[in-house]
Amino acid sequence: MVRLAPPQMTGDVGGADEALRTDKLNLWYGRFHAVEDITLSVPARRVTALIGPSGCGKSTVLRCFNRMNDLTPEARTTGEVRFQGIDINGPDADPVELRRRIGMVFQKPNPFPKSVYDNVAFGPQINGYRGNMDELVERSLRKAALWDEVKDKLRQSGLALSGGQQQRLCIARALAVEPDVLLMDEPASALDPIATYKIEELMTELKNRYTIIVVTHNMQQASRVSDFTAFLLAGEDRTGRLVEYGPTAEVFTHPKDERTEAYITGRFG
Amino acid sequence: MAGISTSSVQAAAAAAQVGAAPNRSLQTPRARGLRERLIEAPLFAAAFVTILTTAGIVAVLLVETLSFFRVVPLRMFLTDTQWTPLFSDKHYGIIVLLSATMLTSVGAMFVALPLGLLAAIFLSEYASPRVHRVIKPVLEILAGIPTVVYGYFALLFVTPALQRMIPQTAVFNGLSASIVMGFMILPLVSSMSEDAMAAVPRSLREGGYSLGATRFEVATRIVVPSALSGIVAAFILAISRAVGETMIVAIAAGQSPTLALSPLVPIETMTAYIVQVSLGDTPHGSLEYQTIFAVGSTLFLMTLLLNIISQRVLRRFREEYQ
Amino acid sequence: MYAGNGARRRVSGRLFQWLCLAATCTGVAVLAVLLIDVLMDGLPTLSWTFLTNFPSRFPAQSGILSALVGSLWLISLTALFAVPTGVAAAVWLEEYERKGRLSRLIELNISNLAGVPSIIYGLLGLGLFVRWMGLGRSLMSGALTMALLVVPVIIINCREALRAVPRSQREAAYALGATRSQVIWHIILPMAIPGTLTGIILSLSRAIGETAPLITIGALTFIAFLPNSPMDAFTALPIQIFNWVSRPQAGFHAVAASGIIVLLVVLLSMNGVAIWFRDRSRRRLQW
Repeated sequence: MVRLAPPQMTGDVGGADEALRTDKLNLWYGRFHAVEDITLSVPARRVTALIGPSGCGKSTVLRCFNRMNDLTPEARTTGEVRFQGIDINGPDADPVELRRRIGMVFQKPNPFPKSVYDNVAFGPQINGYRGNMDELVERSLRKAALWDEVKDKLRQSGLALSGGQQQRLCIARALAVEPDVLLMDEPASALDPIATYKIEELMTELKNRYTIIVVTHNMQQASRVSDFTAFLLAGEDRTGRLVEYGPTAEVFTHPKDERTEAYITGRFG
Repeated sequence: MAGISTSSVQAAAAAAQVGAAPNRSLQTPRARGLRERLIEAPLFAAAFVTILTTAGIVAVLLVETLSFFRVVPLRMFLTDTQWTPLFSDKHYGIIVLLSATMLTSVGAMFVALPLGLLAAIFLSEYASPRVHRVIKPVLEILAGIPTVVYGYFALLFVTPALQRMIPQTAVFNGLSASIVMGFMILPLVSSMSEDAMAAVPRSLREGGYSLGATRFEVATRIVVPSALSGIVAAFILAISRAVGETMIVAIAAGQSPTLALSPLVPIETMTAYIVQVSLGDTPHGSLEYQTIFAVGSTLFLMTLLLNIISQRVLRRFREEYQ
Repeated sequence: MYAGNGARRRVSGRLFQWLCLAATCTGVAVLAVLLIDVLMDGLPTLSWTFLTNFPSRFPAQSGILSALVGSLWLISLTALFAVPTGVAAAVWLEEYERKGRLSRLIELNISNLAGVPSIIYGLLGLGLFVRWMGLGRSLMSGALTMALLVVPVIIINCREALRAVPRSQREAAYALGATRSQVIWHIILPMAIPGTLTGIILSLSRAIGETAPLITIGALTFIAFLPNSPMDAFTALPIQIFNWVSRPQAGFHAVAASGIIVLLVVLLSMNGVAIWFRDRSRRRLQW
């Protein structure tokens, strides 16, 4: 069997606080081994990008951080994911508690068929928020750089907004529950360049307060917004493995692995 | 201005935490875990009602049928050629009711099978989307008409018409019930067959056309053979429906338990017998009361078997094309 | 090398197409003939007094009031038992099931139950509700029997509606830290309600036309009063029609046809409402 990745490839980033860490993370969908032995340390209050060709398992890894894969009945994981030191798959860890602290933004904007206001207020409401909801909604919309555009149409349906606005609404919705981490699964892939630019600008602003992990197939985007980059690649067995991880500038200018270099110079994927 | 001012971020940082005290350990708050389980319990109980329904059916049928067989030997039930539980000279030959059920069901299939299959071919291979949108709901209405209405139609429209064509037709007869029952199950045959044909990959059809086959040849030599097991499943399910159908036969086929092979004379199916006894005032615990459960058990086993076979065939068919 | 058989093949193709069209039209034609026959027989005796009279020994004075009211009672009680059960079961199977052995067993069981002849449910009702529970030949027995009959159908239809809610909506809610019950209550049910209602109404309209189970539990056919409580004896539209059809006098046959018109109108209006909900739900699920 040809092993594409050196098994010891571990992503350790010295210096910064650690927000999330995976250790030999494996995931199967039924009998399909989707990702193998991912070991990765995600620094706090930085943007970490997961890049790689489609099918390399980057979204799967992202969905391990907030246990979204629990919703897929045939998914099974081994290995460890630690969030602030706690094993999130441990017997005492509850996925609902976890997801309150690790927010997620999806590939396609998916606002609820409710008003703009109710979209943002939904998370705090179900989590029993007792403060001033109007303030929280405004604050969240401001953080998502959407307030000025929607302040006069808070009662309109979230579905009436443009695609880019919908995605920022989804970001506001995720921020409203005050998470520590924000997972973004190709957040701009369904958007036009201007809307994409706004999302990227927003990520740069948000990293002062939040740990952001972004999955993207767009290398320019990764190089523009991220501080650290992890490159994943699937072998001939379609199982995704971590090839390289490090500060974005290094990965993009002096890749240690020739496959990384091939990918970022556009030779495959 | 779409950007964020630094001050608003700082304001956010100073703002109150969401919810109650932060749960640093990721543990499930006890109250919430309990609440979730309290909500799931009744939902599961509701799903379990369906299991209880099956258990109830089996239990009720079994208890009364066993009492029945304590008096009437199984051999007699299976071999006697007369069915006269309501007379003084009692015989319990299920074959009499069974043959009537088979007669009307097979008769119904003679209508539903060819018409349903041809209609399915029309809808799947010939009809334009517009025609399809009109015809399909109309056929579905046919399936939604209450069976008592079909019974009325069989007795008071089809039978008189048959009598004009074949004078020796009795007022109650298996033929009229069969024909009408055939139309009742036609939509089932056509829609299941059409689904099966729709599952035939486009590439097979295109392969046929590329060899110069006409639409007729593609339909009959490629689509129907490829969809055959799906169509067979439809037929088996349709037979099961016909076997269990009650009101049409009870109204139009008569209530005379005779071992007749002619479709023109009154007969009595298993379902019609249950209706006949139910209309009278049979005392609970009497042997007559138990007969309907013995007949019911026979009916239940037959339809269950047919349904299971149909499902098996259909599952194999689906696996073939996925 | 090839004999020119094109013309013959084209003709047989045409003939076959006409044959298929004819077969399809036969079904449509039978429906038309049935409706015309019923209308011709039943319209002359359909009148206001028919709707407000009780059954009678004389065809001319016979009315459908007790059957109509009985059917409304029956369907309301059936809905009361069957709708919560069916919806809850569908939610459990669709949102909670973990593809476990138990849920697979329940699923298999439901598809088998949907194929059990209705008269068997009648025997179940007779043995379980009428005799064992001692509810007698009451509305309650009838409604419980009908509820067991339609629950599998409601479950199947409701699951369809629940499945139509996009996965992205579920994920969005879960990602915000919603619990399973919160996702169901706040996100899935509001979006699935129109589709669910369609399924429920269509399932209940099947119960309105069912005759055999009611006969089997011994629902009386000559009722000259209106039920006051679920424990009262009752009659229903299809039973009353069956009763009139089985009489030898032609006068009663005409009355039966009038009864059928009333039954079909009730069914038609239920289906109309169901279709209205379905169109609404389609519009709401599109974006």
